[in-house]
Amino acid sequence: MLTLRYFARFRETLQCEEERLESDAKTVAALMKELAERGGAWAQIFSEQSGVRVARNHEMVSFSTCLEAEDEIAFFPPVTGG
Amino acid sequence: MRHIRVQMTPLDVRAELERAQTRGPGALVSFVGQVRELEAGEPILGLHLEHYPGMTERALEAIADEALKRWPLTEVVLIHRYGDIPVGEAIVLVLSASSHRRAAFEACEFLMDYLKTEAPFWKKTLSATGGHWVEAKASDDAARQRWEST
Repeated sequence: MLTLRYFARFRETLQCEEERLESDAKTVAALMKELAERGGAWAQIFSEQSGVRVARNHEMVSFSTCLEAEDEIAFFPPVTGG
Repeated sequence: MRHIRVQMTPLDVRAELERAQTRGPGALVSFVGQVRELEAGEPILGLHLEHYPGMTERALEAIADEALKRWPLTEVVLIHRYGDIPVGEAIVLVLSASSHRRAAFEACEFLMDYLKTEAPFWKKTLSATGGHWVEAKASDDAARQRWEST
């Protein structure tokens, strides 16, 4: 089971901070496609890769990264700290 | 030596500087990022900083380690605040110390350029009319990329 986390504008727009998800997605890109299929705000955010940043188990990764069963995957807009 | 901290409380820049100075590095360069009065031309009351606990510390450690690998530094300090920060207060403090100035200057700039694009922080403006999420700047990505070829 994956743990999915959403931050900043994504958390607000999706009205979701964290969820547990049983998914057959093998990669980050496949998982995003699955999330986009929920429609509405999910489709708006996840149907395009531009503007989405992903971390797998606390490390920034690319969309082609493979997923493991108990991963924590976080989705967020480009960072704006400093 | 590296010193990383993510905190909600105000940042005591003077105390951190004095602490670093007592270790007598030779050259000490500091950068303080503060909340501006205007954000995209609009007056604001402050900024709200959200972060990703767990990942934030890990990202800052990785950035500091990379600087320690590239330059002969005696110390790297990275302190970043989160939560609500009023106009004029410090958001971030970066200190780099070395025996000589060049390594300290370069490392300080490198640390900020990487922090801006790698550390999971997000800014939201606090204003009388509500507030909005600050957009990332392409110039920050460009600033980071120039280090990749060196």
